Amino acid sequence: MNSKQNSARMVDGHDTDFLHEDLHHSNPLNDGVDRRGFLKCMAWAGTGLVWTMSGGIPVSQAFAGSMGKHAKDALTFVQISDSHMGFNKPANTDVIGTLKTAIDQINGLTPQPEFLLHTGDISHLSKPEEFDNVDQILKSANAKEVFYVPGEHDLLDDANGKSYLDRYGKNTQGAGWYSFDKKGVHFIGLVNVVSLKAGGLGSLGQEQLAWMSDDIAHLKHSTPVVVFAHIPLWSVYPEWGWGTDDSAQALGYLKKFGSVTVLNGHIHQIMQKVEGRVTFHTARSTAFPQPEPGKAPSPGPMKVPTDQLKSLLGITDVNYVRGKHDLAVVDSTLV
Amino acid sequence: MIRLVCIRGCALLTISLALIGGLSAALYAQQPVASQGTPEVKIDNFSYGPATITVAVGTTVTWTNRDDIPHTVVSTDGAFKSKVMDTDEKFFYTFAKPGTYSYFCSIHPKMTGQIVVK
Repeated sequence: MNSKQNSARMVDGHDTDFLHEDLHHSNPLNDGVDRRGFLKCMAWAGTGLVWTMSGGIPVSQAFAGSMGKHAKDALTFVQISDSHMGFNKPANTDVIGTLKTAIDQINGLTPQPEFLLHTGDISHLSKPEEFDNVDQILKSANAKEVFYVPGEHDLLDDANGKSYLDRYGKNTQGAGWYSFDKKGVHFIGLVNVVSLKAGGLGSLGQEQLAWMSDDIAHLKHSTPVVVFAHIPLWSVYPEWGWGTDDSAQALGYLKKFGSVTVLNGHIHQIMQKVEGRVTFHTARSTAFPQPEPGKAPSPGPMKVPTDQLKSLLGITDVNYVRGKHDLAVVDSTLV
Repeated sequence: MIRLVCIRGCALLTISLALIGGLSAALYAQQPVASQGTPEVKIDNFSYGPATITVAVGTTVTWTNRDDIPHTVVSTDGAFKSKVMDTDEKFFYTFAKPGTYSYFCSIHPKMTGQIVVK
């Protein structure tokens, strides 16, 4: 596991631009956490990039130290994304192998995650054998519970996603959205990859938004909320379709909560943004990297030298300590 | 002006005239539209190229996906819809009626194109 590379990457290029922009918006208290200070914090988390949200102020701390004394009360889960089972192009001819490596890495984590979140593009072409392969590999995870949301690559069957729903849609509504609670944290899995309109971005749709509004109506404002969906729920790079047309409405519903964490996939690289009490995070893929926004002619798979591939693939470990209302997000590469 | 020289008799002259006449007719027919025959739209880098083409009624258009990522070709008014096209797979559609047909990739809706049928 090499989280240093993660840190190094985070202080390069666009990631810092987003952080820079949003820290100014989210830091009305003049608490001294300026861009330079924050980036410094990010860089010194030697064993892993850890950052938490507390009352809208981002703080960074050493992962091991934060978890050690609270481990008993902690909720730990891992996000994996974009396994693209079935992909066999030069960017990665062994997506089975890299997914297995990711699971091995998850099985080596301390503390062990209670469950896994898969934020979509489980398969490359929605073929039954692709889903079968992922299911088989995930059986080797110590964590037996896996929660899914679909990516656009999971709904490519002739019946527009029936195959996904038959397999993963138990206890879900509509196109596969649902919510659940774990140790006082409310999780909402959203689907933003159906009924996409020409020229548009990801879309949640009114039916799902109405459901979400009802779903959170009964929750206390102090309840930590984790929202997960495939396409980013914030405008990462609309020119490449990296955003969701009606995400502002969904985020509007969440304004009453003190701690909201949004986890997405789709863009095969880490991006983070802090906006008020909401932290946004995209995960790496376990299959292949994609270019940084605007740095290539298209968002297609990025071919890198074989010995570098695993440094651009990875998993995301998320920890919540009961009573602290903070979630710590730690990204690790596959090497 | 075409100068015809009869070297081997009238039969050859007749054939030559027929060929020239046929070629002229074909050139004339092509003038109102930009392309004819089997025009191809190539999908490269998450784009349809060319994004807009004009064809005559009855023309079959071919789309070829040259990306490492699957794409589709779906008309916005439901006139045609491809299956998912993986790398190097093709989709064909014959345009029987005039009109302007807008289409997009249902997987990557930022990708849009247009076929004008005259």
